[in-house]
Amino acid sequence: MAQHTTGMPQDRSATTAASRAAAPEKGATTTAPSDAGYLDVRGLKVHFPTDDGVVKAVDGVSFRIDRGQTIGIVGESGSGKSVTSQAILGLHRRTRAQTSGQIWLDGEDLMTVSDERMRELRGNKMAMIFQDPLSAMHPYYTVGAQIIEGIRVHHPDQSKAQAKTRAIELLGLVGIPSPARRVDQYPHEFSGGMRQRAMIAMALSNDPSLLIADEPTTALDVTVQAQILDLMRKLQAEFGSAIIMITHDLGVVAEMADEILVMYGGKAVEHGPVEEVFYRPQHPYGWGLLTSMPRLDRARTERLNPVPGNPPSLINIPPGCAFHPRCAYQGEAPPQACSTIVPDLIECGPDHLVRCHIPTARRAEIFESDIKPRL
Amino acid sequence: MFFYILRRLISVVVMLLIISMTTFLLFFAAPEDPARLTCGKNCTPAVIEGNRKALGYDKPLAVQYAKFLQGIFVDRKYPDDPALQAASPEIVTTCQAPCLGYSVMAHKSVTEIVKDTLPVSASIALAAFVLWMIVGVSGGIIAALNRGKWLDRVIVGLALIGFSLPTFFIGLLLLTFVAIKMKLVEIPRFVPLTEDPLAWAQSLTLPAITLAMVFAASYVRLTRAYMLETMSEDYIRTARAKGVKESVVIRKHGLRAALTPIVTAAGMDLGGLLGGAVITEQVFGFRGLGYTAVRAIDTTDLPVIVGIVIVASTFVVIANLVVDILYGVIDPRVRLT
Repeated sequence: MAQHTTGMPQDRSATTAASRAAAPEKGATTTAPSDAGYLDVRGLKVHFPTDDGVVKAVDGVSFRIDRGQTIGIVGESGSGKSVTSQAILGLHRRTRAQTSGQIWLDGEDLMTVSDERMRELRGNKMAMIFQDPLSAMHPYYTVGAQIIEGIRVHHPDQSKAQAKTRAIELLGLVGIPSPARRVDQYPHEFSGGMRQRAMIAMALSNDPSLLIADEPTTALDVTVQAQILDLMRKLQAEFGSAIIMITHDLGVVAEMADEILVMYGGKAVEHGPVEEVFYRPQHPYGWGLLTSMPRLDRARTERLNPVPGNPPSLINIPPGCAFHPRCAYQGEAPPQACSTIVPDLIECGPDHLVRCHIPTARRAEIFESDIKPRL
Repeated sequence: MFFYILRRLISVVVMLLIISMTTFLLFFAAPEDPARLTCGKNCTPAVIEGNRKALGYDKPLAVQYAKFLQGIFVDRKYPDDPALQAASPEIVTTCQAPCLGYSVMAHKSVTEIVKDTLPVSASIALAAFVLWMIVGVSGGIIAALNRGKWLDRVIVGLALIGFSLPTFFIGLLLLTFVAIKMKLVEIPRFVPLTEDPLAWAQSLTLPAITLAMVFAASYVRLTRAYMLETMSEDYIRTARAKGVKESVVIRKHGLRAALTPIVTAAGMDLGGLLGGAVITEQVFGFRGLGYTAVRAIDTTDLPVIVGIVIVASTFVVIANLVVDILYGVIDPRVRLT
């Protein structure tokens, strides 16, 4: 199924050819598996060969979501969450990357479609909201011009005036006051929250059925953050989009997501419904994340419990479980297992998957005795 | 925008005043007595004193500077002294405004000398400018878009060679091989544009290539660097995420932003070159501002040196102004400030 593309492609067209070659049947139309979700990512790998070695940014990630659902992808910087989302849109550095796996969107495998088809889908059926709206918007063009461009790329039959009316409508929809005036302003004339709203308006301009939000609230004030999340929820209810919410903010995920995927070192370490992963986390990394959150109801003198150590280098991922050098519960697993064998993603609860060597029963015990009281 | 330009214009005037004052002062700080320089070896003190009076060198410095400034707006007459003018009306020369002084050695007003030589320098500078912008900017863009591939390496390598070769060497090489040995073109001799446009263009080929070479090389590197920087910006990714065609992403989103610093550099370089390309003019024997300035320095023809320095610096200052205004046109963030 998932094959590695070998060798470094010479140029863009060669990449497409290479990724096509990786598909099961070359040139033939592949049909989606009957059980595929609206978006179904299967065994996605994105490796970047460099002079120092292969950077395994994403190393076999699978998940699916249906329309109207939200999945939260959580992880530290460098865990591969952003590359995953960019690979879905085909925005990762395609010429340099070796990609494999399948990405089914509404019955099409995005890994095998042409560059031109990808371009048609981007901004149309699937859109992205970026983290820092100031740098993500072109400083030389008005906000309106940038929205209009996105509309007219996919609807060339629309006149500029029509597209502008639509842009004003969109700005109004995301709650920007006096949108008819704002449409002709430049991004630097907007405040941070307004810019993020404009960014969302831009992403929504062609009614995408898949919306990927890469840390959409990280650059914003807490109050504005809540407004933006509220807005996204409202828009999702209205348009029935599937949303991938990429964040390192567990609060955002708890509020927005139906499902959580925790990534570590390019792999999913825990995956399940939000109630499960959030209230009954089973992976020591998830424990670390949850117990490291500052709490208002705790004494200020109580120290925070950060996860010790640093995220792994994606070139030299530790052997065995990528998390083992930072894991406080290694002793609970079979001897030597953590540092030598890569654990499988196993079921540990209803729809709840975890990648850990500690036996499920023992893990549940540790959670009840050690972790739960601290949550 | 209007007040922005007005403010800039005022600062240009102030800047030019300071430059003229400094140049004028340097002129008199020179170890030579300006009056002594006006006649040859067999000079009698009487002639020197006569010339000193005729050229106004006997007056206090402030008066001389005031007269010089006045001359830029109203015609001046030489000899400067009314008594001398009355004594021998046949030798009175009018120096038309803007008058930059009078060179006794050339028996001409400096303005006339500038008028004769400026077209030569401007022609070379403009022809070279067009060449290097086309070659340099497109080369840089192509290199950036093919980063790391053989095309990029070839272009960057050529740029490095072009950048390392001194202008006089390229000029002599072209002159010897292209013009003399292979006889592909005639040995360049400047023909004014007004006289014969075709011959003008032909005469400029070799000097323009020579001058453009070094600039093209540095613009390849400049453009490539800015283009690479811009193409990795977040807003380029946004444009791609919108589904914009790659060619449009490069042109509309990438190039537009990358051009800003290139426009700045180009304006300044052109402004500098309008004041004369010394080496190129020297190699091809084109009597432009640069060539004339070097000759004037050799012969210590002070009025000519002062005149050319002021003309050349005016070009630089104006180029600076034009670049600033263009910046406001290109980048909307600059307009308000």
